[in-house]
This record gives sequence, C-alpha cells and structure tokens, in this order.
Amino acid sequence: MDQFIEQIVTGLSIGSILLLVALGLSIIYGSMGIINLAHGEFVMLGAYAAWVFHTYLGLGLLASLVPIFLVVAAFGWVIERYVLSLLNNRPLDTILATWGVGIMLQQAVRLSVGSELRYVQLPPALSDSMDVFGIPISSYRVFLFVVSIALFGATWLLMNRTPVGMKLRAIIQDRSVAASFGINAKRVYALTFAYGAGLAGLAGALVSPLKSVSPDMGTGYVVDAFMVVVLGGVQSLAGTVASAFILGELSGGIAFLQNDTVAKAIVLLAIVVLIRFRPEGLFTARVRA
Amino acid sequence: MSISRRTLLRNTAALGAFAGAGLPHIWIKNADLAYAAGGEIKVGVLFSLTGTTAIIEESLNKATLLAIEEINAAGGIKGSKIVPIVEDPASDPATFSEKARKLVVGDKCVSVFGSYTSASRKAVLPVFERQNNLYWYPTLYEGRECSKNVIYTGAVPNQQQDEFVPWLVKKFGKKFYLIGSNYIYPKEENNYCKKLLEKLGGEVVAEEYVPLGHSEFSSVINKIRSTQPNVIFSTVVGDSVVALHRQYKAAGLDPEKMPMASLTTSENEVAAMGGEAAAGHFTSAPYFMVHKSPENEKFVEAYKKRWGADKVTHFVSEACYFQTYLFKQAVEKLATSDLTPPNIRDAVKGQSMIAPQGKVEIEPENLHTWLWPKIAQAKSNGQFEILVEAKEWLKPVPYAAYPGQSCTEKGLVEKS
Repeated sequence: MDQFIEQIVTGLSIGSILLLVALGLSIIYGSMGIINLAHGEFVMLGAYAAWVFHTYLGLGLLASLVPIFLVVAAFGWVIERYVLSLLNNRPLDTILATWGVGIMLQQAVRLSVGSELRYVQLPPALSDSMDVFGIPISSYRVFLFVVSIALFGATWLLMNRTPVGMKLRAIIQDRSVAASFGINAKRVYALTFAYGAGLAGLAGALVSPLKSVSPDMGTGYVVDAFMVVVLGGVQSLAGTVASAFILGELSGGIAFLQNDTVAKAIVLLAIVVLIRFRPEGLFTARVRA
Repeated sequence: MSISRRTLLRNTAALGAFAGAGLPHIWIKNADLAYAAGGEIKVGVLFSLTGTTAIIEESLNKATLLAIEEINAAGGIKGSKIVPIVEDPASDPATFSEKARKLVVGDKCVSVFGSYTSASRKAVLPVFERQNNLYWYPTLYEGRECSKNVIYTGAVPNQQQDEFVPWLVKKFGKKFYLIGSNYIYPKEENNYCKKLLEKLGGEVVAEEYVPLGHSEFSSVINKIRSTQPNVIFSTVVGDSVVALHRQYKAAGLDPEKMPMASLTTSENEVAAMGGEAAAGHFTSAPYFMVHKSPENEKFVEAYKKRWGADKVTHFVSEACYFQTYLFKQAVEKLATSDLTPPNIRDAVKGQSMIAPQGKVEIEPENLHTWLWPKIAQAKSNGQFEILVEAKEWLKPVPYAAYPGQSCTEKGLVEKS
C-alpha cells in the first residue's frame, strides 16, 4: 500500500513537470494554431537564463523567476513580431520557421556559452525532503507541483477573466469579425505568443536544478509537451492538465513495474492508438465556428 | 643493381619533393609518401563539437590539440610538425564514418584521434580496417573488440572493476542495484560486474536500463527505496548522470548507506551536477584530476592555461593527452619514408611513457593499454579524493567477461 501511494505521489510529481513544460505550448498551439517547434528552445533559454542570473548576478533561482519570465517572453514577442506575423501565422510556414528559429537559438547558445553542461543550484531552502502522506518526497518536487498548479490557475484566469483573454477568445472564434469590432489581432497574438514563451522559460528554469542544462536539452521537452497537448486536446487548458497527470501516472507506474525504456514505448504507443480513434484528443473545447 | 624497397621509396620521395615543388601533388603517386610530405605529419582529430555528446567530446578535442601544440612547440617530431585536421562529426555515427573516410582517404592522415561513444567507434571501424589506417580511441569502453587498426587507451571492464567491485562488497555489502543507460556499454559492464559478484557471493537486486538522455528518475528512486541495495552500481551516461545524482540527493537518500558506484562519473559530470549532489559517491577510473604526480600537475596547469581556469581534466581527456604523446614516440621510431599507419601500429606496441596517471604501456597483444586503476570519492568541492590506488598497473583484458575468447596479435582467438 505504501508503495502504491508512493507511486501515485511520484506520478503527480512527474505530471506536474509535464504540465509545467506543456502549458506554454498549449496556449500557443491552442489559441493561435501555431505548432511551435522552438518551444523546447524557449525551455532551454529559461534554464540558461537561470544559470546566467545565478552565475553572473548571484541571484538565487526563486528571485530570478520573474526576470526569467520577462526575458524569455521578450524573446517570444520578438520572434512572433518579426518572424511569425510576417508569415501571417500560416500553420505550415510557421512549423518550418519555428523549427529554424529553434536550431538558431540552440546553436547561438552553443557558440556563445559553449556546449558543456551547466549547473543551476537547487534553492537551499528546498533542498531537503519532506513527508507527504508518510512518503518521503523532495521538497523541491512539492514546490514544483504547487507552482505548476498556480501557473495553470493564473493562465486560466488570464484567458477567462481578463480583457486580453476575452479578445483572444474572440479572435480564435473569428478573426475578421473580432477585428471589425476594433480588436488589434496582431497585438493580441504577439502578447499570447510572448506569454507562452515566458511560461516555457519558467518551466526550463524550474526543472533545471533537478535535471541538467545543455544547449540541446529542449529536444526532449518539446516531444513531451506535444504528447501532453495532443492527448489533452487542442484548445482545452483543462485537458492539458488532465493529460499531464495521466501521462505522469502512467509513465511513472510503468517505469516502476517495468523500466523507463518500456514506459516510454508503451506511453507513446497508447497515445498513437488513442489519436487514431479520437483525433481531437481526450478533451475538446466546444467552439462555435 | 638491386633496388631495395627502401631506396626506391627514398628516391621516389626526393623526386616527389622535387616535382611537388613545381607541380603540387600530381606527381606524388605513392600514397605512402604523402604521409610526411613537406615536413608535416597530418593527423585527424574527430570529436563531436556539436550534438548530444559535444558536452564531453569538446574537452577531448581540447586535450588532443593541447598535446599536439606542446609537441610542435618543442620542435615537432624529428623536425616535422603535426598538423591536426579537425572535423566535427556532430555526435552522429553516420557522420563519423563519413568524416573518417574524408580524413583517411581525402586528407591522407596517418592516424586519427577520435570518438567518445562506442557507437561512433563501431561506425568508423570499417573505414580504418579497409584502408588499413590507424584510429586512437581514448575512452573507457566495454571491451569485446579486437581490431588491428585501433589503439585503445581507455580502460576496459577488468581495469575498472577488478579492484572496485570487491572493495564495494567489502565496504558496503553484497546487494547491488545495477542501473545503466540503454546501450551496449552499460550492458557489457554489468555483464562483467555480475560475474564478479557471483564469485564474491553477491546479489543483484535489480538490473535496469533507462533510455539515453533520460532525466526523470523518480520511479527508479522508488525502486531503490523498496529494494534497499547496499550499492547502486551506475553506468548511466551523459546528462542522465547529472539528473540521477541530483534527484537522488533531492529525494533525501544517503550516500553513506547506499552510495552510487559509477564507472562514468568524472569531474566533468560533477561540475554540472554541483558538488553537493556528487559528494559521497564513488568512481573507479585510472585517472582523477587531483592525482598527485609531476606529470599531472604539468598537464592540469597547461590545460587550464590553454583553455581556461575553470576547465577540468578527467579520465578521458587524460587518455587523449597521453595517446598523442605515444603517437609521437611511435613516429619517432620510424624513418620518414616508413611512415605508414601499419608501421606506426607496429612501432607503438610495447611503447610506454609516464602519463599523468602513472606509467602506461601499449600491450602488444591486443593494442589496449596497461593502466593504474584508482577508486575515488567525490567531494562537495567538485573534486575527488583518491581512496585506493592500485599497487600494480593492470593488464588490459578486453575479453575478460568471455573466458573462451582472447584478443591476440593474430586477432580474436577462440579457446576450446
């Protein structure tokens, strides 16, 4: 029984990291229809930003979260404004463009700071483990869980309770009608993309003390993030949350019973089968089109 | 008048040099002569500068170039300069093979220094065997290879484990949890580890492999908790090493009771995971940066001076450094006209030198290297403390896990 609870808690922790990484992608993919292949590189930029703030400015990870969000969001804004919007956000063109941007970001980091692994310190206050339901678990993982839920809450509020969110939802339903009501679609798109990029940056910074920081770290995360978003259903924030935790429990559980190699294969297979029968994902937001 | 092969070569060389001055290269038909043309000895340097394993291979490239620069600054090899031709195989085995062919056939390098992963070595092997060229491989690896065209200067399983596993059993206990990345190297090392444990009456509580580049170890940590091994025997590689150590630490496990014993964690990985995550765990290798010897002090100082004060040296970069010097010694033994890859191979057999780790020698039988196993514990300052040094150097036995087979000068021999 203990082991069962332990594994459930572990799954929640894996799920929260998946949610953290997928949230930014979900916003961009769900609301703008842009398949952002540079998402992993935004995650990577966030991790490197954490490293830079720590190494050169002496800022701890927690203190640098807000600046990291702003820095990576600014990157996202520039890329939306000067690359994607010039392509009129056409899905096929933007796949290629974001892929290219991703490669450029990766190589730029490699050339400027080198390709060795970088070190981001675990916040000292959170470096111990604590007991949850009698199970010892890393305090930092509990912290990540809380942060990912909080970021989800903030994003949901932003989308559903603020003027920007309302405008964005209006644009998603019909861009030209929204524009005729005086909504500046370009500006809203740029802000949305920046927000999604900022979230990815935060995710990178937050996972960096548990994992490693290298120029090509994003590749793994972008695959995970896409699995979460596709399974959860495009345009559905709640679906993203549900699928992140389903995937977390599933891969954690299989990894415990078998091993991580098998877990990865089975989870991927399960998603492929599910998409075959439910191409829209588990959850779909009903949108009048 | 009889014309020996050597005089013929010498005369052709003179002619070649003469003709080469006027009409570059088109007259030099004899490929062998091109190896030492114009006071230059061309060698290939084939380490990934981009892609996944660039993280570590970059340092191998640096150590190799440092040795070449040192040799050239001290007058080269009998007046000839070593000219390194650096290629970037981008961590991709197919590109490794393509670049190796370019270095051997196109650039006519007399030797190539390269590779970190076994996958990349296996990819270039056919090129060197078909062209009868020579590859210098600095990495510790899984053994079970016997090529006449590769000089292996890293440790094979018996050199890392023969001392290490009994020591671990004695100090911590007999229950081992084997974890590795999912490819050939960890599987072969674990294979050998299991054989040693069998002899010592040890027990393997789990043997498990995670995908390359894997970074989520919480389920593994749960399993470790539930099986309660005495030792976690790790052959996880690359950035996974960093993630495993950090998550082990964050989960509150105690290295004093359940240490990780690694064959792959070097100063390089420790720098990336931070000293506090590495502290208390053990590594077995022939070289550590803190090793005290005049040769090592010189190496570390030169490396830092050339590449930056924050850089570390480790057990693979050390091999890169000394194998370049062994190459020099072998070439010195040969007349310029005899400079061919097979001749260098024959000349390097039995060559020895004082490397940073101690005296090393190329075993004539199998072209692997006699090394000095050491066991060290990581400290929170990011360096290791050497706890056990072998009293004698250890012979390389690439087929240690396969008693029926051995690597000899004639190639792989099956004993019946």
